[in-house]
Amino acid sequence: MDLNRRQFFKVAAIGLGGSSLAALGMAPTPAFAEQIRHFKLARTKETRNTCPYCSVGCGLILYSQGDAGKNVAQSIIHVEGDADHPVNRGTLCPKGAGLLDFIHSPSRLQYPQVRKPGSNEWTRVSWDEAMDRVAELVKADRDANFIEKNAQGQTVNRWLSTGFLAASAASSEAGYLTHKVIRSLGMLGFDNQARV
Amino acid sequence: MTNHWTDIANANLILVMGGNAAEAHPCGFKWVTEAKAHNQARLIVVDPRFTRTASVADYYAPIRTGSDIAFMGGLINYLLSTDQIQHEYVRNYTDVSFIVKAGFGFEDGLFSGYDAAKRTYADKSGWGYELGEDGFAKVDPTLQDPRCVYQLMKQHYSRYTPELASMTCGMPQASMQKIWEEIATCSTPGKTMTILYALGWTQHSIGAQIIRSAAMVQLLLGNVGMPGGGVNALRGHSNIQGLTDLGLLSNSLPGYLTLPGDAEQDYDGYIAKRALKPLRPGQLSYWQNYGKFHVSLMKAWYGANATAENHWGYDWLPKLDIPGYDVLKMFDMMGRGEVHGYMCQGFNPIAALPDKNRVTAALSKLKWLVVMDPLATETSEFWRNAGPYNDVSTADIATEVIRLPTTCFAEEDGSLVNSSRWLQWHWKGADGPGETRTDVRIMSDLFLRLRERYRAEGGAFAEPLLNLSWPYKVADEPSPEELARELNGVAVTDQVDATGAALKGGQQLSGFAQLKDDGSTASGCWIFCGSWTEQGNQMARRDNSDPYGMKQNLGWAWAWPMNRRILYNRASATPQGQPWDPKKRLVWWNGKAWTGTDTPDYKADVPPEAGMNPFIMNPEGVARFFAVDKMAEGPFPEHYEPFETPIGINPLHPTNKKATSNPAGRIFDSVWDTLGQAKDYPYAATTYRLTEHFHFWSKHARLNAIAQPEQFVEIGEVLAQQKGIQAGDRVRVSCKRGHIEAVAVVTKRIRPLQVNNQTVHQVGIPLHWGFTGLTRHGYLTNTLVPFLGDGNTQTPESKSFLVNVEKI
Amino acid sequence: MASQDIIARSATTTLPPSVRQQEQVAKLIDTTKCIGCKACQVACSEWNELRDEVGHNHGTYDNPQDLSAESWTLMRFTEHETADGNLEWLIRKDGCMHCADPGCLKACPSPGAIIKHANGIVDFNQDHCIGCGYCITGCPFNIPRISQKDHKAYKCTLCSDRVAVGLEPACVKTCPTGAIVFGSKTDMQEHAAERIVDLKSRGFEHAGLYDPDGVGGTHVMYVLHHADTPRVYAGLPDNPVISPLVGLWKGVSKPLALLAMGAAVLAGFFHYVRIGPQRVEEEDDEHPDTSVHQVDPSVHVYDPGKPTAPGEQRP
Repeated sequence: MDLNRRQFFKVAAIGLGGSSLAALGMAPTPAFAEQIRHFKLARTKETRNTCPYCSVGCGLILYSQGDAGKNVAQSIIHVEGDADHPVNRGTLCPKGAGLLDFIHSPSRLQYPQVRKPGSNEWTRVSWDEAMDRVAELVKADRDANFIEKNAQGQTVNRWLSTGFLAASAASSEAGYLTHKVIRSLGMLGFDNQARV
Repeated sequence: MTNHWTDIANANLILVMGGNAAEAHPCGFKWVTEAKAHNQARLIVVDPRFTRTASVADYYAPIRTGSDIAFMGGLINYLLSTDQIQHEYVRNYTDVSFIVKAGFGFEDGLFSGYDAAKRTYADKSGWGYELGEDGFAKVDPTLQDPRCVYQLMKQHYSRYTPELASMTCGMPQASMQKIWEEIATCSTPGKTMTILYALGWTQHSIGAQIIRSAAMVQLLLGNVGMPGGGVNALRGHSNIQGLTDLGLLSNSLPGYLTLPGDAEQDYDGYIAKRALKPLRPGQLSYWQNYGKFHVSLMKAWYGANATAENHWGYDWLPKLDIPGYDVLKMFDMMGRGEVHGYMCQGFNPIAALPDKNRVTAALSKLKWLVVMDPLATETSEFWRNAGPYNDVSTADIATEVIRLPTTCFAEEDGSLVNSSRWLQWHWKGADGPGETRTDVRIMSDLFLRLRERYRAEGGAFAEPLLNLSWPYKVADEPSPEELARELNGVAVTDQVDATGAALKGGQQLSGFAQLKDDGSTASGCWIFCGSWTEQGNQMARRDNSDPYGMKQNLGWAWAWPMNRRILYNRASATPQGQPWDPKKRLVWWNGKAWTGTDTPDYKADVPPEAGMNPFIMNPEGVARFFAVDKMAEGPFPEHYEPFETPIGINPLHPTNKKATSNPAGRIFDSVWDTLGQAKDYPYAATTYRLTEHFHFWSKHARLNAIAQPEQFVEIGEVLAQQKGIQAGDRVRVSCKRGHIEAVAVVTKRIRPLQVNNQTVHQVGIPLHWGFTGLTRHGYLTNTLVPFLGDGNTQTPESKSFLVNVEKI
Repeated sequence: MASQDIIARSATTTLPPSVRQQEQVAKLIDTTKCIGCKACQVACSEWNELRDEVGHNHGTYDNPQDLSAESWTLMRFTEHETADGNLEWLIRKDGCMHCADPGCLKACPSPGAIIKHANGIVDFNQDHCIGCGYCITGCPFNIPRISQKDHKAYKCTLCSDRVAVGLEPACVKTCPTGAIVFGSKTDMQEHAAERIVDLKSRGFEHAGLYDPDGVGGTHVMYVLHHADTPRVYAGLPDNPVISPLVGLWKGVSKPLALLAMGAAVLAGFFHYVRIGPQRVEEEDDEHPDTSVHQVDPSVHVYDPGKPTAPGEQRP
């Protein structure tokens, strides 16, 4: 064994620190090791969900705290794979396994904001102000640029000067309603992430 | 996917090419490991890089980015010339015997009908079948006619010799041969290969044709409609399949219906053109029912206001003067000041679209931009100077930006459609933070405000807005349940359906066979009909049993169409109606009806002897090797170089400059000047995602930021040595459109390839960084990507362009 | 897990009761199925509520760069060329091996800071940890790390909280390809044997199970394609044994030291408790300053204690 003097003392001295007490008869009461790790899901609510990232569509279980009583808001504290799901069978990839930090990301937007032309900052506005402004802008552009007839006099009823890109992770119900509204405006510059 | 995730376990051979399933879809990839474990399957990976998928492959071979058609063309030639095809399948279930019109031709890289000035095939009249006097396509079952599809295909691919394929792909000939031989073993009935691909195939100027070439291989092997077979697009996002199904594209309507063009002023003509009659006797040609789907959609949208008299609101739909106003087209118009307003719902175009600098310049010309997103995206802050990562002049950008905070998946009910076409319902776990609202509420609020303004003030063509059906209990926040029921569809009036069953008005429909074109049914998306029936929400079903051990899980959620899990599954049985192999049984004829381990994708009561073929959506009834006039660049896939090619010529057509890159690819006039050449930018670059991140979202999640914190590029050891670059050095990657800087990962996993007698180095560029989020900030990778794309899908060529690399 | 399930405690001579008979558990990591996706890393941190610093890319796929008090497991990537020129990307999930004969526990001087459960899990109890770093010296796999925040040792717990209620560890649950599995040790050995048959049929003639005898076997085992050379997997020890320093303490130095035991020793101990762990640099032979608390640099290959703000830009 290759051991120099320094190492020997290091071993001996440090070891003495603890075990010597026991050797001197100062041993703690044997083996009353407390349960050192508590199971954190014992009183959580489970909600079934689907991973919003890729198209595998892994089943998720959202674990939230809060007993659903009046004035008690649920807070999601853990996300795990749904073991009943025939595709992912409880597994999650690194993205799915990190979903808790997406839900609670510091980058989550909290309220409507406006950036004015030329400005270098956001200004907080109310939903009512924001939506009223959007409706005003949409209507103004549509009214100014809507094309009812083309050069040949054919009915075309289209609007090309405003566009819309739809979400790739919105639910089908949201996507359907979006399509219904956007098409009723006559918009053709309408696309989604499938394109790219 | 023609098939689905768990079905991968039924494969004998898995080819991952044009994708990186282990990294991009890890939990789906588990079914590859299951196939290996329980089916003795082998995994072959073909990719420019030795990826994490390759790390568990039985065989890996490198390929030059963008040369996949040369590989597949060579494989088609190999299968045909060595006669290793599934003969009975090919003869009965494909168009090999169809006679092609005399006008079709192919010469020196161009098909007949090309207009070089317009860079398009202006005359596709020759791209079709010879029709007989009875209106049916002519066929030659002996396959001897020199104009039959079989002979034309054989002739077309005879040029793809192993030597030419190898020198085009940069794949050693011995590797290529080994892979082809192994693939060819799957021509045995009952032995199947599955192909898993993703944006490694779609993001090329020839992307759609690469995928067609793969489909042709699978048809030759008899692997389409088979368990463990198919051509499987692994979609990139959780509901990109759903949004495509719902037609949120410039030229589409829900359920793959299409908008009319300007010339289609006549409603009946519009329907008749799409309600295709069978091209062979006894075929189903299911699109004959187009009118039923269309009228039911218009009834869902416009309710009682859609009537036979106003052609179900036909004029309330916009008409197209060009094929479509896709996102590239819109940003091109935006750059020219022709677009004033833009809305982004959960979409980050300055990160996702090609040529970030061009996109930023275009956004800067907008009067206003509305962004709805759960996260602080780069797009919403495109005006903010973020140093080298977004070096813009804020004060000069006059765009008003309104940013609306939305909830995320955990904070809403609803359904998503995965790559398997499964509609899966999910439930809300908690409220969103702060004042976040759902997309449904925002869109409803916008609609109601607009409708109110048009009612009060009038304005341009208010009719469709005022007539839109809005029957929701809470007008400014329709419930996902209401919308899902509307998507499925209802009987508008009391009626009797085709089977004689009575339906009461208001009753949920049980399937699209009940749809009618007389206004008595409404359905928001015909292919989703059956998802929410009188029996309730089928998308929420949770029976995961697998009684036949065939991994079809028919009781879990609901798949369109009509809970059929494998498309074209009639082809899994012989013409006589029995499975090709008892171990691969999906559907069979039991003497009275079609039944099986999957829901038959077929008319249930048509006996085998009737001769109705499996590809029921095609008027031919069979699958097409010859794409007739459906594709922009020709009926047969042909190799063309990426627009930025490292070798400067197309080895198949070295002397015809018009055929170097896709002659019908999507490119705008102003883009030509932004393309670089190999003398300045010698390395072939490709972009991709990493398993630790999801696009530009997960960089906002701390756990993922830890797992992959900082932007890097991958460079092969040989190139790194030439350039004096060591692992961990910072490098600048530049092209004619801009540059990025990143840490160099120097690797053995990218090796120089011998292409057309020269050495080609490839550079790998992951894409997840930007100037917002919790990772170390970085450049948007798409700064480097050219603003051009596929001529069919308009998908940008993000996977193949030229760069230079320098140590900083 | 309850106290009846503990079969060994550090620095304790009396035997715990261990009244319950439990089956030995094991986690089997199949490197041949692993795709290096790091789901296990993320799931581990998520479950255990750990958030390490956002680091840098150092020219490899390895991130974080090394284990830390806030990263209990991570993937180590090796580009390996075989003799016949084939490239392999060997990916090994590193973390505590839960040795049957745990060197950390043997070396630990603080009563009850390290415990071994009857099912084989070796767990650290930070309430009793004195931060001496001796577990690191004792560990043949270089796993435990001292936190820069509270100066206590941390490592993988094999999710003893989950296992206690009948769940698999978080890394096992999440693993997309089933490369990590969990169960009784005998079941895991059987499963490994089946995997090895499959691997041999695919040409990996040296495929085998890593369950090294030198530490009495482990409760975390690997299936390796190249079991004849574990070292090619980012330095997995070919024949791990407990450091001779630990053996020395137990065998030779303990009786000698007992002779020398006295007030000075006790004072030294309390110095420990009060000030923290003692570190002596070998180079510092002439001027030992035991009042200086330093962490042995060999213990921390990578120092996550140089925090850099998220999003901070490098020059």
